[in-house]
Amino acid sequence: MSAATLAGLIGAALVGLGLYGLITNPQPLRKILAFNLIGSGVFLLFGIIARKGAAAGFVADPVPQAMVITGIVVAFSASALAIALVLRLFQETGRVTPRPDASAGPPANGADT
Amino acid sequence: MSVLQALDIGLAALVLAVAVWTIFAREAFAAVVGYVAYGLLLSIVWVRLFAVDVALTEAAIGSGVTGVLLIGAAARLREAEKAAADEQPSEPQRFWASFLCVLVTLALAGVVLSLPDPAPTLAPEAAQKLAGTGLGNPITAVLIAFRSFDTMLEKVVLVLAVVGVWSLAPDRYWGGAPGAPRAARPESTLAFLAQLLPPFGILIGIHIFWVGADEPGGAFQGGAILAAMWMITMMARLTEAPPVSSIWLRLALIAGPAVFLATGVAGVAMASGFFAYPAGFAKPLILFIEVFMTLSIAVTLPMLVAGPPRRLPRR
Repeated sequence: MSAATLAGLIGAALVGLGLYGLITNPQPLRKILAFNLIGSGVFLLFGIIARKGAAAGFVADPVPQAMVITGIVVAFSASALAIALVLRLFQETGRVTPRPDASAGPPANGADT
Repeated sequence: MSVLQALDIGLAALVLAVAVWTIFAREAFAAVVGYVAYGLLLSIVWVRLFAVDVALTEAAIGSGVTGVLLIGAAARLREAEKAAADEQPSEPQRFWASFLCVLVTLALAGVVLSLPDPAPTLAPEAAQKLAGTGLGNPITAVLIAFRSFDTMLEKVVLVLAVVGVWSLAPDRYWGGAPGAPRAARPESTLAFLAQLLPPFGILIGIHIFWVGADEPGGAFQGGAILAAMWMITMMARLTEAPPVSSIWLRLALIAGPAVFLATGVAGVAMASGFFAYPAGFAKPLILFIEVFMTLSIAVTLPMLVAGPPRRLPRR
């Protein structure tokens, strides 16, 4: 099996693993981590398609590779926004999950943290 | 089995093991540390896929800058995350979730194994048009010339993310400075590193941007290294984050997409159309755009890590 196919299979496993984490982990920070695992799995699938598209003297097709670079940066900015939202929720309510039965108000120091 | 194959399989096992740790670790903090290690291992996989540009980006942004962001958040959320861990889904829910995820993985693995070889590719077109750009690195050519509109919009996404993060600030802090990524106790080792590294880091960052025209590297990778240098000096408290109302900060944030868009519009008058570069001037124009993109990335990444303003504005 070539290195590219192996990387593609890792990508497939990472997507499944990340999806499981996204569904079952109740903590939002863990969900963000899991979502990033899915993302990097999809990027690896782009990687194998790029590698198999080697032609015209290039070791890989540069177009999918360039798209992955763009994707990594966009994934980072989405994660940063998601984390800022979680931190703000924690500041306002003292908890990190929007539980519907939560009746507790903000913690005593919540407004100023 | 050759040595290289054995190494590949070992690397694959290691990446998957660290990924499993990231998902199943008990403590959120341990999971985040696992994720940073995972990003670095993944960049070795990218080298094996002959994608050195992607490997650099993954190591710098996917692992490094994301790591700083996640570790900071995990430390602040430690107690709340523990409380949320009690809301575990039930046994049958987890069973059906794992069933679904195994199905997705098998379907994707089937696609990977049945990919046509050679795959459909744009490499010949890229090779043919590369000479017209004057560049030697086809990936930089794709990013700044062939698919420049994508890359410009991606810079806009970064600016929107900063706007989103800033707008989460409580009203009274608006116009103030972000808390900056900072260590709780600045230790002398960190301060020493923050004084020692930046001169080299700034040089390496600019070098990586500059060689990106012909070798692996470019605005993203170089900008991320410059961003890391600014972050480490803020962490060691050698410098403070600027207030979000600062004009130079805002100009630096939008310089990349603004110059990129202006050059694209100028293409209508100077060349054959929107985002077209005049023949013979492509390389200087591309480098001109990349200078401002590098600056914007170097400023945007630390601002995203620093988060919304947390200090009262100076009046």
